[in-house]
Amino acid sequence: MLITVKYFGQIAEVTQKEEEELEVAKTSISKLLETLNARYTDLKNKDFQIAQNQELVSLDTELTGAEIALLPPFAGG
Amino acid sequence: MKDKKPIKSVFKEGAITSEFIGNSIYKHQTKTSIGAHNIFLGQVRADDIEGKTVAAIDYTAYEDMANEKFHEIRESAFEKFELTCMHIYHSLGTVKAGEICLFVFVSSPRRKVVFEALEYIVEAIKAHVPVFGKEIFEDESHQWKVNT
Repeated sequence: MLITVKYFGQIAEVTQKEEEELEVAKTSISKLLETLNARYTDLKNKDFQIAQNQELVSLDTELTGAEIALLPPFAGG
Repeated sequence: MKDKKPIKSVFKEGAITSEFIGNSIYKHQTKTSIGAHNIFLGQVRADDIEGKTVAAIDYTAYEDMANEKFHEIRESAFEKFELTCMHIYHSLGTVKAGEICLFVFVSSPRRKVVFEALEYIVEAIKAHVPVFGKEIFEDESHQWKVNT
């Protein structure tokens, strides 16, 4: 299935892009993260949470969402 | 009871001006059931980090999720506290040291409520809203801000 992955803040500095579309098998968030770690090797040194369809999810969550986002630490306010 | 109007964006481009804040206060003079307002203003601090001074913060956000989170915080604050109204504005883009980047404004018939509500809302914003801040130093190098 086709998903959109969005990158923010220092994560976007690592990936050098703010978003991309990826064709992935129906899998878990952790499998997707393995794919992304292989593609962007500096990612493993970064602190971030993952949102699926705008809700934070854990690594064992099933990948169902059309929109995944990698969110570095929040700094609002 | 809750109206279903679309979620309003909380974000404003650039700093939040004192004129805008003053005008917001002025607009509440017609709401005469209010007896107490409380206001939080987040200001960009010129932090000194290893000999370099922060000149500005460049804010970005996962806007759709952030507006949804602001909406949830708003709904939960209205459930918890007896508020007449509440307004939240957050900057995007560059805000210089000394300028305002967050404006939270709560109003109620009575004072005790607004002290508690304001703290609840500001802490929830810091913890749950996906906003990111790039601290830009005077020499144009940068680092990423983390809420503590």
